[in-house]
Amino acid sequence: MASKPRTLYEKIWDAHVVERRDDGTCLIYVDRHLVHEVTSPQAFEALRASGRTVRRPDLTLAVPDHNLPTTARRDAAGRPIPIADVESAQQLAALERNAPEFGIRLIGDADVEQGIVHVVGPEQGFSLPGATIVCGDSHTACHGGLGALAFGIGTSEVEHVLATQTLLLKQSKTMEVRVEGVLGAGVTAKDVVLHIGGVLRAAGGTGYVIEYTGSAIRDLSVEGRLTVSNMAIEHGARAGLIAPDDKTFAYVKGRPYAPKGAEWDAAVTWWRSLSTDPGATYDKVVVINAADIVPSVTWGTSPEDVVPITGSVPAPEDFADPSKQDAARKSLDYMGLTPGQKLTEVEIQNVFIGSCTNSRIEDLRAAAKVLKNRTKAANVRWAVVVPGSGLVKRQAEAEGLDKIFLAAGFEWREPGCSACLGMNPDKVPPGERCASTSNRNFVGRQGPGSRTHLVSPATAAASAVAGKLADVRELG
Amino acid sequence: MEPLREVGGRAIPFGAKNVDTDVIIPARWLKTITRDGLGRGAFETLRSDPDNLFDSAEFKGSPILIAGDNFGCGSSREHAAWALLDLGITAVIAPSFSDIFSGNAFKNGILTVVLPQEAVDRLMEVAKTDPITIDLEHQSVTTPFQDRFTFEIDPFRKHCLLEGLDEVGLTLARDVAIARYENDAATALPWLARTGQSLGEHTA
Repeated sequence: MASKPRTLYEKIWDAHVVERRDDGTCLIYVDRHLVHEVTSPQAFEALRASGRTVRRPDLTLAVPDHNLPTTARRDAAGRPIPIADVESAQQLAALERNAPEFGIRLIGDADVEQGIVHVVGPEQGFSLPGATIVCGDSHTACHGGLGALAFGIGTSEVEHVLATQTLLLKQSKTMEVRVEGVLGAGVTAKDVVLHIGGVLRAAGGTGYVIEYTGSAIRDLSVEGRLTVSNMAIEHGARAGLIAPDDKTFAYVKGRPYAPKGAEWDAAVTWWRSLSTDPGATYDKVVVINAADIVPSVTWGTSPEDVVPITGSVPAPEDFADPSKQDAARKSLDYMGLTPGQKLTEVEIQNVFIGSCTNSRIEDLRAAAKVLKNRTKAANVRWAVVVPGSGLVKRQAEAEGLDKIFLAAGFEWREPGCSACLGMNPDKVPPGERCASTSNRNFVGRQGPGSRTHLVSPATAAASAVAGKLADVRELG
Repeated sequence: MEPLREVGGRAIPFGAKNVDTDVIIPARWLKTITRDGLGRGAFETLRSDPDNLFDSAEFKGSPILIAGDNFGCGSSREHAAWALLDLGITAVIAPSFSDIFSGNAFKNGILTVVLPQEAVDRLMEVAKTDPITIDLEHQSVTTPFQDRFTFEIDPFRKHCLLEGLDEVGLTLARDVAIARYENDAATALPWLARTGQSLGEHTA
């Protein structure tokens, strides 16, 4: 075993095998389980119905994020402000009831640590390199940016993990996506992952766990790596991984849930040993030249519909596959776009800066840098910044970023998933367009009839100023 | 879970590729805290068209759905599986499925059948006028016109579906092995076996 060179994924997998079945299926131990209010109620309900308990509440952390309004949650006297949407309120109340009932730590809606689970996990040091991390949310792949094997699960699997702290899994195939070279000015981690999505297509990663490698990935900050890994699911991959290095360790060190003292040193030694061995092979390798990546934007209703901001809306005939031609026709119709139209001529009415992909402090700094001494265009009706957590919000305020956003005509909100998927009141109205730093441009994703263009925080900010999708490099 | 041996009847010749979970069940339907009643929101956007297949006299209540590549891509919401079940769909045939969706489907007793595009195209044709039959035991899909396509399925999943087994119960029976792993991990990987400190702010 020890002599065979292994990939990062294979090493983490091997370290978590509880039992291996004859057919190759493994019972895999789960180190960290994040729970939010949308995909957990039915799991807790099933545990209750069968008289089962949570095996490791200490390895489980509950955080409400999807339904919470991003407006004030407490009145001047500190009392909770009732949530207007009855079903949202009911789902949040279920989590507040279930977590203590099953002995699970809950970060409440008014706690400064509250935020989007995929922002909170790394921020609290709950998510660690080399760990297996699951959550009933497909963007769990995000934590792979730390070198964790992290993936989304369904509610039945949430129940399975709560009851057994394990999952029954088949090992995935491995894919290396190597991005070599230096990113150009104005090109961010989000542009990298949008570009990769355009290359791999929406299903190119199905059945694979992707390891992102290469100098351009290594040069990214840890937050940038979280952004890349976050969208692994948008190319169909179960998980994304980036080898942990000194930057990762510096990021994790000192965080509340992170190991301390001698245990920290032992952990770092182990984390260093996890990198893919020389000579290990992947089932598939895709190589991308960093110099080919420019600020990117989606034009359609699948994350694979990516074009450079300098490009034009494609025509259905540009695609060889007849079913893709048909899908492109439907997308163009839904998006209200004409083939050949320059992306930088597409007017927008909304700008959303937030989501588990792009709501960390570096994202807000990048947007604020563009917006400083500028204001949103008159045709941009709604521009909003939703920090990824209360701690991100506080840090941004300490740096004066909130003032820049407010002066630019943006709203400055409380943390949560917000308009990424519009389960709370933050929605894009039907027929309106949004430059959004989120991760999905599906039909109706940001509200019924909403039209989403996925972009980086810098591009979103530049687009707000221009009133159209904009090339941040032109703003100077 | 109910045992599943055979699914037969009319199949909805849907055929679309990259059908994401927001199409199967939009986010606004995710606010429920039970598993029931999601059929009303299933394919809501498509069904706002009065001529949609799902509500047509011919296909309403059909137990089988035929779709294109990458069915169920997008979010992890198990509501997608619950919504299909509530519509009466217990089997989906497609050239490929998203990993998370096929897991969710299986755990709710929905059979996902992977067949090559040519076979799916032929079944789409037949489904317009005639019923089809999926036999899990023999891993085959047949039509009244002597078509017979065989499919692969994970043996464990097949066994669980045929017997209607509860996976949580099966794993709980492996308690000794899990406890042994936990003991070993407490020594070998203590930083994973337990969490560091308590909640709070980053002080480094």
